Amino acid sequence: MKKQQIIVIGNGMVGYKFCEKLKSKTSSFNLIVFGEEPRRAYDRVHLSEYFNGKTAEDLSLSTESWYDEQEITLYLNTPVTAINRTEKKVYTPNGLSYDYDFLVFATGSAAFVPHIEGIEKEGVFVYRTIEDLDLISNYAQKAQTAAVIGGGLLGLEAAKALIDLGITETSIIEFASRLMPRQIDPAGSDMLKSKLTDLGLKILLNKNTSLIEGEESITALKFSDDSHLAVDMLVISAGIKPRDELAKACGLEVGPRGGIVVNEKMLTNDPSVFAIGECALYDGMIYGLIAPGYEMAEVVATHLAENGNKTFNGFDMSTKLKLIGVDVASFGDNFINEPDCRTIVFEDKHKGIYKRINISNDGKYLLGGILIGDAAAYNMLLQTATNNIPLPEHPEELILGSRGGAEGSASGGLENLPDSALICSCEGITKGGICSAVTDQDCENIDQIKKCTKAGTGCGGCIPMVKDLMLYTMKAQGKYVRNVICEHFNYSRQELYDLVHIHEIKSYDEVLDSLGKGDGCEVCKPLVSSILASLWNEMILQKGNDTAQDSNDRFLANIQKGGSYSVVPRIPGGEITPEKLIVIGEVAQKYGLYTKITGGQRIDLFGAHLSDLPKIWEELINAGFESGHAYGKALRTVKSCVGSTWCRFGLQDSVSFAIEVEERYRGIRAPHKIKSAVSGCIRECAEAQSKDFGIIATEKGWNLYVCGNGGSKPQHALLLATDLDSATCIRYIDRFLMFYIRTADPLTRTATWLNKMDGGIDYLRNVVVNDSLGMAAKWEAEMEGLVAAYQCEWKTAIENPAIRKRFSHFVNAPEEKDPTIQFVDMRGQKRTEEWKTV
Amino acid sequence: MENSLENQTSTLNGTDNNMETTINWLAACRVEDAVENGGVCVKHGEEQIALFYFTRRNEWYATQNECPHRKQMALSRGMIGSSTDEPKVACPFHKKTFSLSTGECLSGDECAIKTYPVKVEDGTVFIGLSA
Repeated sequence: MKKQQIIVIGNGMVGYKFCEKLKSKTSSFNLIVFGEEPRRAYDRVHLSEYFNGKTAEDLSLSTESWYDEQEITLYLNTPVTAINRTEKKVYTPNGLSYDYDFLVFATGSAAFVPHIEGIEKEGVFVYRTIEDLDLISNYAQKAQTAAVIGGGLLGLEAAKALIDLGITETSIIEFASRLMPRQIDPAGSDMLKSKLTDLGLKILLNKNTSLIEGEESITALKFSDDSHLAVDMLVISAGIKPRDELAKACGLEVGPRGGIVVNEKMLTNDPSVFAIGECALYDGMIYGLIAPGYEMAEVVATHLAENGNKTFNGFDMSTKLKLIGVDVASFGDNFINEPDCRTIVFEDKHKGIYKRINISNDGKYLLGGILIGDAAAYNMLLQTATNNIPLPEHPEELILGSRGGAEGSASGGLENLPDSALICSCEGITKGGICSAVTDQDCENIDQIKKCTKAGTGCGGCIPMVKDLMLYTMKAQGKYVRNVICEHFNYSRQELYDLVHIHEIKSYDEVLDSLGKGDGCEVCKPLVSSILASLWNEMILQKGNDTAQDSNDRFLANIQKGGSYSVVPRIPGGEITPEKLIVIGEVAQKYGLYTKITGGQRIDLFGAHLSDLPKIWEELINAGFESGHAYGKALRTVKSCVGSTWCRFGLQDSVSFAIEVEERYRGIRAPHKIKSAVSGCIRECAEAQSKDFGIIATEKGWNLYVCGNGGSKPQHALLLATDLDSATCIRYIDRFLMFYIRTADPLTRTATWLNKMDGGIDYLRNVVVNDSLGMAAKWEAEMEGLVAAYQCEWKTAIENPAIRKRFSHFVNAPEEKDPTIQFVDMRGQKRTEEWKTV
Repeated sequence: MENSLENQTSTLNGTDNNMETTINWLAACRVEDAVENGGVCVKHGEEQIALFYFTRRNEWYATQNECPHRKQMALSRGMIGSSTDEPKVACPFHKKTFSLSTGECLSGDECAIKTYPVKVEDGTVFIGLSA
């Protein structure tokens, strides 16, 4: 019998999820998918992360081969142009037609664009697809100011994207009298507004845009109250409009304000045609969230695969999200008012926190609520409301925390949840499902849980709770997992760091004797050496620590293919005199070195024999150079643009500050290399936002960004503090670096360190700026100690005969060079030979 | 000191009493020239031998200096250590590890390295080369 054929129109998140769910249930259908966009379905919920360094591929929901493996035919760049429901055919632009037995609309929605005069002007965008983001990002390069029309969820996301793109002057324009009118009440909106204003956003409420001004491209907005706002670009995010035009054209029933009308089985008025996701209108409502969309996909997949009678009965629209670093959540019946309920409200204008819970008049049940500024309790509150868990005697403790001095329940009430409590609403995973993944399938981290159960793979909002549940279950089983270093040390890096600190141990052998066992290895040796260097900043080749150093640190140079080394003198801030440039040239000539400018505004000299290294450094040091630590997990370079001393745009003297910063932190060793940069204005020529810590000049001082990196997984640095004077900026960097050095896992860059940090940048800001751990003074003192202990280790090395002796290839022929090192000519210089075998 | 060889017949303690072989002992360096808990490279004609002074275990080892992975003369600059009780060296290039006692590659590859006996007499370190 010929397989029945299903055609899915739309390859968005819900369309993809339908395919996945159907294929997991049955293979008895042919499945054809038409997608209008040029790429496979991607995660639109986390679209703004595209500006935070995620690539389109990172956001993709499936691998390229997934559709083939599942035997699904996917046509991208192929909108369906017409449908003949009598003949059950769909048509594509190239004139082909395809037969269907069942048709599924997953066409989603488009941005709703209001009729405003001038809307066609250049510089006006919508925020919906990756292509939109590319257009916005290109245009933002020449824009200084921007506005977003729409103060809802998507509008705030768009505003965040503009900030991420470096447009610091961004306004949000909302027609209603409050932000996020569907989710939060006026008091919550006031709190959110003041938090966003603190972050530099301008919020304009009760504003009706009447005209977009400008010749060809936008220059200003005019409002119905005759006020103006000058802007270079505009993003419209005023809501969504279901993509129902195709359905309408083929005679399916659509709602008066859009949306394909469906019943509880997601069936349209044609029994062969379904609609799911944001294009579907159920019970007069469009569901613009991912979880209900996935639920609709499940309903149709079950119906087709098993002839099941699963139905869609509306959906809880609770949401929690982090908008520009501010938690916002609403759950259950968020707007219900007295006398239908009693409300408990907590407001802290100092910290910017607003919490409201609505409880039943008898005080027994939680009905709903709103959280701004701190939504840590969201998952628990949502569970309490949806599972009708009886409220404790003092329900205010749900939002205030217990203040009785007694220890609260360590598991945060997880044990009270029924096994049927829905934890991941996107994927429909219950508490029982997550616990059994831990107990029966030995999942011990979030990635394993995600793989095993799919929990947390949708919007990701449940991940903290999934993690808590996982830890709670592991603990109940008596499991305790630690990240120990290797067979020689039964400690994590942080534990070992603290122990070495407390016991004031200064050599690798002593650390191994007193804290480890066995003879060490290539894992713990460099790690302990790095800790010793971070703590005491002593010359790394003394006290027998030389053989505990990693390859490059051992000879204070970078080993290259063939066994020769490269030499990088420090050139702070990239500033160098002609005289010094000449010295570098002369040294390179004398020792036959290949020279290249590095990415960090320094000069790298390649092809030095081991025995030449001390001679080369002797000449460089005599000319006033010092080690550049290019070989160490240490501060590398502080790149700079020329700044206000020459540049007509420059706001501050970025070169002088870069030199100050580089000379302060030079030689300080850390879990991984550290790079920095200082830019003299927002044009950011020094690329400070791609550095572990980056500094950008403002009119008033410096903005400090942290935890960025280039490399294989580039990540933009995040704004830590704004408009700092130089001394404060240095203080914050001191604290930031010491916190990183003390707590990061081995070989972890600051970006990854932050990604793993609970609470993320907000937590980090609290620690560094607000000194929430009370460590600031200690860390500043420790940093002062390291700065004071600085020495050029190459100077020490060449002046110490015992160390210098080690820079020879043959112990029994110290003057001879390794004859196996061979070079070949290339463009007037030399290069090393290729690997001899592969 | 360089390239001075000392001829000597020695009997290896094996079950086979007929296993008799001549070993040429190369005087490599003085003990104080060796690196504690690390390696040095010894030149023997065209050959390069890595000599390790595992001070922590009071043991000496010698192996070929070339790492078979990428044919780099580098093992003498590698970090030494142990895996359970097996003494090992890690190549500085890609951290392939080899047993110092058997020469076997411990990083799951086929390639093994040559090992040599070592003895110390009157403060001089000798590497044993088969004649």
